[in-house]
Amino acid sequence: MISLSRADRTRRTVSGVMTTLTALCTFLAVGILIVILSYIAMRGISALTFRFLFDTPRPVGEGGGIGNAIVGSAVLLALSSVIGIPVGIATGIYLSEFGAGMFASAVRFLVDTLTGIPSIVTGVFVYAVIVLRMSHFSGFAGGIALALITIPIVTRTTEEMIRLVPHSLREGALALGAPQWRVTLGVILPAAASGIATGAMLAVARVSGETAPLLFTAFGSRFFPRNLNEPIASLTVQIYNYAISPYDEWHAQAWAATLVLMALILSINIIVRFLTRKRFS
Amino acid sequence: MKERSKKVKGKSEEGRFFPFPFFLLPSAVSRRLSPTGNKGDAIFHLAISATSVIVVLIVIAMIVALASHATLSIRQFGFSFLTSREWDPIKGHFGSLAFIYGTIVSSLIALFISVPLSLGIAIFLVEQAPPVISRPITFLVELLAAIPSVVYGLWGIFVLAPFLRLHVEPLLARWFGWLPLFQGPITGIGLLTGGIILAIMVTPIISAVGRDVLAAVPRTQREAALALGATKWESTRVVLVNGAPGIAGAVILGLGRALGETMAVTMVIGNRPQISASLFQPSYTLASVIANEFTEATADIYLSSLVELGLILFLVTFVVNAVARLLVWRVTRGTLGAAA
Repeated sequence: MISLSRADRTRRTVSGVMTTLTALCTFLAVGILIVILSYIAMRGISALTFRFLFDTPRPVGEGGGIGNAIVGSAVLLALSSVIGIPVGIATGIYLSEFGAGMFASAVRFLVDTLTGIPSIVTGVFVYAVIVLRMSHFSGFAGGIALALITIPIVTRTTEEMIRLVPHSLREGALALGAPQWRVTLGVILPAAASGIATGAMLAVARVSGETAPLLFTAFGSRFFPRNLNEPIASLTVQIYNYAISPYDEWHAQAWAATLVLMALILSINIIVRFLTRKRFS
Repeated sequence: MKERSKKVKGKSEEGRFFPFPFFLLPSAVSRRLSPTGNKGDAIFHLAISATSVIVVLIVIAMIVALASHATLSIRQFGFSFLTSREWDPIKGHFGSLAFIYGTIVSSLIALFISVPLSLGIAIFLVEQAPPVISRPITFLVELLAAIPSVVYGLWGIFVLAPFLRLHVEPLLARWFGWLPLFQGPITGIGLLTGGIILAIMVTPIISAVGRDVLAAVPRTQREAALALGATKWESTRVVLVNGAPGIAGAVILGLGRALGETMAVTMVIGNRPQISASLFQPSYTLASVIANEFTEATADIYLSSLVELGLILFLVTFVVNAVARLLVWRVTRGTLGAAA
């Protein structure tokens, strides 16, 4: 064994210390995640009852629940998915199939920047364009606001998933004499379909947690939604309103509603993780 | 129909399957859209391009709508909107300096905490941990990004703020109280809490992009360093130098997210429009004031001023994101999965 000089020993020590530090950073982040999730689980379960899931909000002291908020969130998510996912997938196909030109680069750039625009600004935009014109808050406006957030996310994942399809598949289809549109729609898209679907699910998970764009578009409501033309409740806005209220009972309900919301988001994330494990490993 | 499709040489068979009216497209146009001159391709290209135009229109509509609704405020206050710290809805005087200050300082606190943390995570996951460890941990760190802003806010109000008030801020005041940053009454609600919440929220973004950047640095860089006798950390430093522009991009991307983050910050920053050197003091951000006051704004000039705040936020995050993407792209071009 060669004896190490003092300088070498220092270098090895520095290396070891830095490795430990980076590991500590990582475990700190994971630790924070565990702390947050366990608080949600503990405080949420203690306030969660069967009735809470189906009841509408009531004044302090009378219980009440988040049934209307769950239905409202589902309606808003459905609306935003119906609008946002097809547009996102089509744009993603465009970028992957015709993505070489100047216009395509501009679209790609705009999609990226659209992802980074604060969601509150999306809310202001929808307020200016739809709410002011209709002169009242509506579930429709809320769905549009969420769709604007869905589009860039779905576009990016669609483009990446189509890129993952092996070239040989495309070449084979073209060599058999199929025109490009049939190759894209009949061969490439089915091959990428599961990836695109998981991307769309992740977008739904992300959008289901949005609050800021709903504050002055969907606004919130104490009743079950009847139509899209009136204000509509959502889980996130309900959590916000209860969290900043001065009542302990509503704080407890905010935790319980958060538990419901996180159950939805975490299960989507874990399902997606499970479905895509083979693809990326 | 059959005669039409016969004009396109050797492509007569797709007319039977494709229900769209080919005859609407003159062959000169279809040849430009599709190199093979196949009309189905031309229509497909046209339809799918038309959908992607929607994205362009959304961005243009955003700029136009925000700018036109902010016109009233821009005309009345001009440049003083950015330099005045007075925000008085009753008198009708609006200036955004206090909000700009709150936004920038809370984001800087977030970066100050999050950058070393995220870099550590990225280095650990790419350079040091074996795949068996790094794969599940990557998933867990990314789960931090899946937690909604309002949930961070709830946790911030009821867990983080009391914790900081009781355990962290008194210590900071005792050790660093000679700095104006850590003076004044301790409430747990203020710039520091807002900054810490933001730090947790941007960490998964910076570390994810940082990871992509480090992974894009060629293997040969590490092998060359190790072959010259470098330790693990010394080879990591070589990788860091190579990926520096991309890491800068990752940090700026995190900054963009922190600047526009709304709910969590609104819930813990105290929402008082003031400029104070102390990080214990309540403050207010651009996004928070929009969230809190938008539905209360009855006067036209009040609403217009709030929209102008949104316009400022839009333009700043637009530029910040564009710069970040450019920097990340410089390092990761050619490799997949560059964008977060």
